[in-house]
Amino acid sequence: MPALERPVTRPRPVYLNLVRIRLPLPGIVSILHRLSGAALYLIGLPLLLFGVQRSLASPEAFDSFRGALSNPLAKIVLIGLVWAYLHHFFAGIRFLLLDVQQGIELKPTRISSIVVLFVSLALTLFVGVRLW
Amino acid sequence: MKRVVVGAHYGLKDWLAQRVTAIVLVVYTLLWLAIAVDHGGIDYPLWRGLFANGAFRVATLLFWLALLWHAWIGVRDIWMDYIKPTALRLTLEVLTVLSLVGYAGWAVEILWGAAK
Repeated sequence: MPALERPVTRPRPVYLNLVRIRLPLPGIVSILHRLSGAALYLIGLPLLLFGVQRSLASPEAFDSFRGALSNPLAKIVLIGLVWAYLHHFFAGIRFLLLDVQQGIELKPTRISSIVVLFVSLALTLFVGVRLW
Repeated sequence: MKRVVVGAHYGLKDWLAQRVTAIVLVVYTLLWLAIAVDHGGIDYPLWRGLFANGAFRVATLLFWLALLWHAWIGVRDIWMDYIKPTALRLTLEVLTVLSLVGYAGWAVEILWGAAK
């Protein structure tokens, strides 16, 4: 309805408190996109460069790098980064589709949010199980 | 309506760059996936052989540059959204640029060092 006909509403609470905020599903996908991006920049980028450099040095270095990944802590970090990459990947593709006006109605955005969350978690689980 | 126009449309340019680089990253990721599936995993001879290939090195450099550019826009947006004091934000932005340019140099060193 036009803005002028809208009844005057009482002031509604604005929760900017992170603990009290209840994000809708697309909001969850969005903030996780940002968080995963930050983690990929801070940890993923230097680790990827370091890993590629070390593993290219020699077959022994390649194997010892693989061996280092048998450390449980290294596995947890790697699985975390795998999730970050996958979530960022699929949420990013979702954003690209939204940019070209695909699935911008309320219901499709909710469905695509669930798909992004589920697919990235499921693939992380798959990689995690194989890695462990 | 009176509009205050600032900058030189760098907002639109960055918005577009973020998306174009994203597509480059997706394509390169799928390339690796295809190689790994085709070969049934990644072992040292394959790994080494790929990086010995000039075209692959150039493609990887493109991936890295797209990744660093993509990271720049994303990280800068985070600083712009949450860090209000200008001096602190500028410092963080400069550190981000320095880290990314450093990573670019590191990537070149890895790629062309591996050619030897």
